[in-house]
Amino acid sequence: MSNKHEQTHAGEAHGSTAEYVRGLIISILLTIVPFYMVMSGAWSDVATVIVISLAATAQVLVQMIFFLHMDGSSEQGWITMSAVYAVSIIVFVIAGSLWIFEHLNHNLLMGH
Amino acid sequence: MTSSVLSEHEEVNHDEHHHDAERTVLVSFGFWLYIISDCLLFATLFATYAVMSQSFAGAVTPKELFDLKFVAIETGLLLFSSFTFGMAMLGAHAQNMVRMKSWLLITALLGLGFLGMEIYEFMHFSHEGATPQTSGYWSSFYALVATHGLHVTAGIIWMSLLFVHFNRDGFSLDNMRRLSCLSLFWHFLDIIWICVFSFVYLRGAL
Repeated sequence: MSNKHEQTHAGEAHGSTAEYVRGLIISILLTIVPFYMVMSGAWSDVATVIVISLAATAQVLVQMIFFLHMDGSSEQGWITMSAVYAVSIIVFVIAGSLWIFEHLNHNLLMGH
Repeated sequence: MTSSVLSEHEEVNHDEHHHDAERTVLVSFGFWLYIISDCLLFATLFATYAVMSQSFAGAVTPKELFDLKFVAIETGLLLFSSFTFGMAMLGAHAQNMVRMKSWLLITALLGLGFLGMEIYEFMHFSHEGATPQTSGYWSSFYALVATHGLHVTAGIIWMSLLFVHFNRDGFSLDNMRRLSCLSLFWHFLDIIWICVFSFVYLRGAL
């Protein structure tokens, strides 16, 4: 069966059980920490928001590496390029919207 | 390996294989571009949510309604389903139909569980007076979270269609491409959910 050989080699890297388990465990940890911080309410809001943001960013990266098998290697050049493009557009859209509307509210004296 | 060593038949065969491999790369990159554009759609919904995050119009606030234990279970279901899809992919690459189908079925059930919880939550919120018409905040909340929920629904429908495809054609190249595109889609939905539970639920409950 020459087809069988072809199929197992076609396409991208597909990881191993160990890789998925590692990704799952790190993701669970990065989920528990922010949930625990918010639910216990023992930390200041600023510290909690910082930890939530850092844990979310870390978990997105962990899942991209362990579940989507992205490694920034040269075979994935276009995938990496388009991902960087997407991230920059996302930052522009979200930060830009917040910036514009904060000024709008300020100028209309709606903000406090 | 030089081509002169290959017989003509082998050369044709080699070309076909090369063509198949090229097509697989093209299909997965094309689907990746769709994922990127979907990312941008979610970025605009997150931006809207962020702008509206304090526009309560005097109505009920998220802090009063959000139940983080409930959200933690939803998160667990989706995160674990991302892992089980990975196991299904490994089963498919090992050409093990039973293993692939069992893990895919578990993934679909976890997805259905997530969806059921989300629908229940929306009904509960509406009952408590937080409908999409209530305030700018709740409009943007429902737009964002329900768009994610619709994607999960599409993913589950796609999974059931794949069962039909795999029953008919087994591990054909087309089916493998379909499965790896759905895998990308499903992991992507989990990544979006990370941002939803962090910036909508956890941030909103503070």
